[in-house]
Amino acid sequence: MIEVQHLTKRYGRVTAVDDVSFRVERGEILGFLGPNGAGKTTTMRILTGYMPASDGRATVAGFDVFDHPIEAKRRTGYLPETPPLYPDMTVREYLDFVARIKGVAAAERRARVDTVMQRTRVADMATRHCGKLSKGYRQRVGLAQAILHNPEVLILDEPTAGLDPKQIIETRDLIRGLAGDHTIILSTHILPEVSQTCQRVVIINKGRVVAVDTPENLTARLQGTETLYVHVDAPGADVGSALTAIPGVTRVAPADTRPETGAFEVESERGRDVRRDLARDIVTRGWGLLELRPMRMSLEDVFLQVTTEEPAPAVEEAPRA
Amino acid sequence: MRNVIAIADKELRSYFASPIAYIIIGFFALPFGFFFYLYLEAFLRQSMQMAQYGGNQNVNQQVIRYVLQNASVIILFVMPMITMRTYAEEKRSGTIELLLTSPVTDVQIIVGKFLGAVGLYIAMLLVTMLYIAILFVFGNPEWRPLIAAYLGLLLMGGAFLSIGLFISSTTDNQIVAGIITFVVFLLLWIIGWFADSSGPVVGAVTKYLSVTEHFDDFSKGVIDTKDVLYYASLITFGLFLTAKSVDSERWRG
Repeated sequence: MIEVQHLTKRYGRVTAVDDVSFRVERGEILGFLGPNGAGKTTTMRILTGYMPASDGRATVAGFDVFDHPIEAKRRTGYLPETPPLYPDMTVREYLDFVARIKGVAAAERRARVDTVMQRTRVADMATRHCGKLSKGYRQRVGLAQAILHNPEVLILDEPTAGLDPKQIIETRDLIRGLAGDHTIILSTHILPEVSQTCQRVVIINKGRVVAVDTPENLTARLQGTETLYVHVDAPGADVGSALTAIPGVTRVAPADTRPETGAFEVESERGRDVRRDLARDIVTRGWGLLELRPMRMSLEDVFLQVTTEEPAPAVEEAPRA
Repeated sequence: MRNVIAIADKELRSYFASPIAYIIIGFFALPFGFFFYLYLEAFLRQSMQMAQYGGNQNVNQQVIRYVLQNASVIILFVMPMITMRTYAEEKRSGTIELLLTSPVTDVQIIVGKFLGAVGLYIAMLLVTMLYIAILFVFGNPEWRPLIAAYLGLLLMGGAFLSIGLFISSTTDNQIVAGIITFVVFLLLWIIGWFADSSGPVVGAVTKYLSVTEHFDDFSKGVIDTKDVLYYASLITFGLFLTAKSVDSERWRG
């Protein structure tokens, strides 16, 4: 549905986007993740036809955004970082104007504006001027504007930025509800958002794609090994060497700066679950097993790892199921 | 065309949604009324004297012509207020992103904005027609030269608006846009003053370039193709520059 090939954007000597390639399938939600200034907004602006790329190609819904901008724009809804509202217009006037320039037929314009206002829950503000709306409402009207002409592709630049927790949850639900009918690219620098809403993630840093995968795979792949957290009650015993002796365990390290607490991090071979053996061994030795749980690398760790390491490890896309 | 109308309509509404339109119309109508009063008064005094000696007076040539000539100067002061926000404000507030990512072409946006501004200008001219209507009530001026004069005002205003649109598209600060536009208009006006004091070639060129100079014939009720062509090319040139400016902005990001 969206195909980006070797996209590059240079501003003078600065390269904002450097050879970015990825694709998004129909009905998918793709998370576009990266620190501020990574090139997320620039990439999105190129995809929406706001600005041309210096190099590379981008296709939206089968139309090249450079060669057939009007056709591509007809099929794209875009929510920029700041919702593009006219402060002097009421919400209804604004949406009516957007419907006109997005090419919604005059006969169905009113009904369409009503539907979208219901869906984004801004109907109670229909006669309010856009300039007098709260941040949450502005964001929702911005979203309403993006889905007004029922586009196949939705490009949302930080749709939950500046919202309160309740609004964030509502917005995420709304976005999830839009998937299926729409193909969505969503940029954010908030990690939980990605694992909660997106099926696939592109991590971008300093204009380059550093990883493309599902949130689960990314966590698992970058982790490499399985790590367990074990807390044993065995005063005076050498727990460390006892655990190392268990088959499949590759490394045991104290989880605490004071080893006498009995907390250990146990790494095992990849794909091998040593939890049963570990528990049995501890119990047969007569020690007390206080805690045993897998330590999963959070997306935060993954993110930090791929965006801070130099050079960034190139993680190829895993074959998709 | 539908897109052009949608944008023109939005522009026109936004002028009237804020106090801007009313301030501009007021600011224009007030000095217009002042000049109207001055010239009408002089005309009445003169015609009273002339009546004693027996002579003919012409409202068109002695009132309307001069009032509209003065109006052309007021227009020069008012126009920057109309155009300064057109692009600058959209850029400042980010709404330009909506326009540039919608399925409309740059030309449709530009022409739409231009027509929206022309719409407000026409509203200004309609208000001045109230004064002229007074002349029709108490006298019988000729309406044909009047049509010519208003056509001239429309063309001249259009030329100002298209230049103002271009200047607004080069900045995201409407105050800057307003000031530069005003200075440029002023130059286009006073450049004609050099004509009298300079040599034949330079004089002819500067006279030709002066925006208000071309209005003289219109104010007399004469529609000269030379003048129509001048304004039409100025309008086209202004819109063309705007298109180039918007496009280059896009490449620079």
